Amino acid sequence: MVIGILALQGAVSEHVNMLKRCNVQTKLINKPSDLHGIKGIVIPGGESTTIHKLLVREKLFEPLKKLVQHNFPVFGTCAGLVLLAQSDALNGLDGEVKRNGFGRQRESFESLIEVADFTKPFPGVFIRAPYLEKVGTDVKTLATLADGRIVAAKQNNVLVTAFHPELTKDIRFHKLFVKQIVSNSNIVSK
Amino acid sequence: MAKTGTTLVKRGMAQMQKGGVIMDVVNVEQAKIAEEAGAVAVMALERVPSDIRAAGGVARMSDPAMVEAIMDAVTIPVMAKARIGHIAEARILETIGVDYIDESEVLTPADDNYHIDKNKYQVPFVCGCRDLGEALRRINEGAAMLRTKGEPGTGNIVEAVRHMEKVNEQIAQVQAASDNQLVMLARNLQAPYELVKQVHDDGKLPVVNFAAGGVSTPADAALMMNLGADGIFVGSGIFHSENPAKFAKAIVTATAHPTDYSLIADVSKNLGSAMKGIEISTLSDEQKMANRGI
Repeated sequence: MVIGILALQGAVSEHVNMLKRCNVQTKLINKPSDLHGIKGIVIPGGESTTIHKLLVREKLFEPLKKLVQHNFPVFGTCAGLVLLAQSDALNGLDGEVKRNGFGRQRESFESLIEVADFTKPFPGVFIRAPYLEKVGTDVKTLATLADGRIVAAKQNNVLVTAFHPELTKDIRFHKLFVKQIVSNSNIVSK
Repeated sequence: MAKTGTTLVKRGMAQMQKGGVIMDVVNVEQAKIAEEAGAVAVMALERVPSDIRAAGGVARMSDPAMVEAIMDAVTIPVMAKARIGHIAEARILETIGVDYIDESEVLTPADDNYHIDKNKYQVPFVCGCRDLGEALRRINEGAAMLRTKGEPGTGNIVEAVRHMEKVNEQIAQVQAASDNQLVMLARNLQAPYELVKQVHDDGKLPVVNFAAGGVSTPADAALMMNLGADGIFVGSGIFHSENPAKFAKAIVTATAHPTDYSLIADVSKNLGSAMKGIEISTLSDEQKMANRGI
């Protein structure tokens, strides 16, 4: 099984390390032909506006959007969540996203969060993070903050977190993506 | 309980900038051009380094109103510079909410002896370094991100190359050293033993290291990425070129794809003239900004 990591900008090597710890092969995705043969893709944290522009510039936007629309396994963290939830971006998750939802870098924070199906809390690292204001009925909310803001969710084969599991040592979200989503999908990108 | 200003969120913020270009801008219009070109952040300042060099005199923190105007105009992070050791300038920038403070040798240093104790701030800092000793001293003071000093405002990449290679060479040396040698190396580097030991164990710096100081073309950006830079700062290079929007976009592309030479060739075509540069040997030691705050 090979999982791709969108490598245009952002915390790419961090996701590579997490997936290696899940015993998965990884492949860096820089151009459309790199998509061939992967079974899932991670969209890392970074600057969502930059990644969006580079996707369009490198002609990766349309092929990636097509994959997402056809239920291809995707895991997006922070900027990845923004791109997946924005209807004018990849439109892979039915929800309304608030970019920089907690404020500027000064307001960036760490907090332990309760996640559905995890027995112990997860170390959430929120950096100029977005959140989901509301989600559609097909979306399963995995984690909310005390004030109700949605910070992790899943819709079919799309998994998103507003925080950065790739900045921690905790591989539970990556495992969830590999074991429950990618392993149960039979789509291989052509 | 939510904790702000932790080492993890400060360093993590810089990790999110990897593979990206941070551009110096002097007004809202330039900030918008930078954002449109795909910059991961902008550095708001009143004059770019080459103009600071030309103007002479004392270079200080920019007008907070100008920095705020840029913060309001773009959604990407906004950085701003404080003078080395100037804790009041740094606190002002923190108060208005800039996302990153550059404690920068481009401005005239305010303190000959001490850098800012950056551990005390909610907002993260980036600092320049020419070698591993400087890098680790800045990290010890709380810098969450590093950049080469290069030689700002010259449009000449040679000093940035020298600084990046020096840091990498010294990391390799530390990595290969025995426990006894580490003590001696820490002394020679004038850096805390604990940080030297950490570099020895990890084989890399504990924070990201960008290239800065002399990057002026897409090829310069690709060169620095190939030497191991995590990303690129461009100061005077973009808005002193003939066609800033095109230049900015080309440097972003080259930074994202530093080994795709046919792509870099394409974006380098018909860019117009780059900024006029300065040969380093024509600068006296006093004129070299990299010698400030070591």
